[in-house]
Amino acid sequence: MTDLTSFTIAELRDGFRSGEFSAREIADAYNAAVAAAKSLNAFTVETPDDAVAAAEAADDARANGDLPPLAGIPLGIKDLFATRGVDTTAGSNILKGFRPPYESSVTANLRKAGAGMLGKLNMDEFAMGSSNETSAYGPVISPWRRKGSNVGLTPGGSSGGSAAAVAALIAPGATGTDTGGSIRQPAAFAGICGIKPTYGRCSRWGIVAFASSLDQAGSMARTVRDCAILLEAMAGFDPKDSTSLDLPVPQWEANLSSDLKGKRVGIPKEYRIDGVPGEINALWDQGIEWLKDAGATPVEISLRHTKYALPTYYIIAPAEASSNLARYDGVRYGLREEGVKTLDDMYSATRAEGFGAEVKRRIMIGTYVLSAGFYDAYFTKAQKVRTLIKQDFARAFEQCDVILTPTAPSAAFGIGETTDPLAMYLNDVFAVPASLAGLPAMSVPGGLDGQGLPLGLHLIGNELDEQMVLNAGLAIEERAGFTARPEKWW
Amino acid sequence: MSVSPEQVRHIAKLARIAMSDEEIERLAPELNNILGWVEQLAEVNTEGVEPLTAVIDLKLRLRDDVVNDGNIRDAVLANAPEAQHGFFAVPKVIE
Repeated sequence: MTDLTSFTIAELRDGFRSGEFSAREIADAYNAAVAAAKSLNAFTVETPDDAVAAAEAADDARANGDLPPLAGIPLGIKDLFATRGVDTTAGSNILKGFRPPYESSVTANLRKAGAGMLGKLNMDEFAMGSSNETSAYGPVISPWRRKGSNVGLTPGGSSGGSAAAVAALIAPGATGTDTGGSIRQPAAFAGICGIKPTYGRCSRWGIVAFASSLDQAGSMARTVRDCAILLEAMAGFDPKDSTSLDLPVPQWEANLSSDLKGKRVGIPKEYRIDGVPGEINALWDQGIEWLKDAGATPVEISLRHTKYALPTYYIIAPAEASSNLARYDGVRYGLREEGVKTLDDMYSATRAEGFGAEVKRRIMIGTYVLSAGFYDAYFTKAQKVRTLIKQDFARAFEQCDVILTPTAPSAAFGIGETTDPLAMYLNDVFAVPASLAGLPAMSVPGGLDGQGLPLGLHLIGNELDEQMVLNAGLAIEERAGFTARPEKWW
Repeated sequence: MSVSPEQVRHIAKLARIAMSDEEIERLAPELNNILGWVEQLAEVNTEGVEPLTAVIDLKLRLRDDVVNDGNIRDAVLANAPEAQHGFFAVPKVIE
């Protein structure tokens, strides 16, 4: 039999249903692949028994003829999702040993849909990073390498473990979360697809909070169809999340269509920025041609406040993070630093020991911009600019149905190559505006650069229009013919 | 605006993160770099613009005022670094 790890989720689902192979065979193939890929450092915890138990339930259910949509599919789960009884640490020492007595709504939805769990996926600490280097477990190593080189590359971040696992064929799909590009940039670096839906589609309940007005879960997989399948199972109204959208989940998979006749694709002129490699702009132009070929008409649009999106993000996200992360005080869960006398010293010592450098940096920035005397100049100002950014998109979507841009301003870089925090933040220059506006957005692989590394194309849709994003993604996928896989070295 | 090491020390205190003098000296220029960069927002005319507070327009829902959770003390305490007699235990607050 062909190696089941090379199958897409749709192929696994259909082959399992038609009796070509059992769910147990799928789980065994993936558990073995996970166990053999430790050098990627993609998983923080492996849960082969969980995958096997879900597979056995799926095999039994198949015998009885009543199968939920993801029956027989094992998934990787980003370590940001609370999983009952399984270590959930958000890639941080401060949550070391935390075993939630509850399950996040998104993973509960996936379990209800029949999916099993292969393990928890490594990530940047508290999802703060674009390279996975801030993880307390050490960086994930991308399965990709530059042509003729064995320098370790980052898989991007913060959902770097998710991206690496899907690209290395050790998980057919994975959950990710995206606050300012954390699904899309790693998807681009790893040559896979990743979608962040409209803010509110997926419940945030049970996802370790980073910046609550931006955090949104999404799916990462090898094809656009697989992303649609997973997202359909993850999304849905949840009364436990006050910002959850009380709307039915559309049938994204059933409605996939790469026929874009009559659709207009917005090309934002402000996204042509200095310092982006020619190959990335050339791929962008190629993407426009692909969408034209699918029947769409390109229109130039203007998103005037694009250059202010990153600075806006780096006020709002740290501000929210500094509030959200105040809960880590050594009292209720996770690390406690002993050997200090007073309660106040215990808080400060625990947080000094438990948080890594990037998390501390962001808490400090957030605390500063929210502090007395600076709140209006920084935080309120940023919220006003956020309004302008959202208005830019609203105006643009009067002229177009979907927006096409590159996903990231570079291909994957080497571990340790980017040490300046500001330079690291620039990775999300194309991803952050859609996050600030709460819009659905997706990265789809477009091709390889001269060094043999994947580059992604980025589609941004109007509020609630994931279907348009997925359809344009499908049109690109069909034309790009991206089949490259990293050569196995691990 | 730029932050001095004294201000960084104050912010660290507000954030309840213990920091050595060396860390503070190292962090001050890093924070200034980032703050200097975000200050480009001052160029943007935001006269008459309302700050964005909800990214997707939603009405906050109300639920019935009933107890729908609870009686799980042991589960709540299960992850505590220290628990005693059914409570979270912390270092002494009052001598």
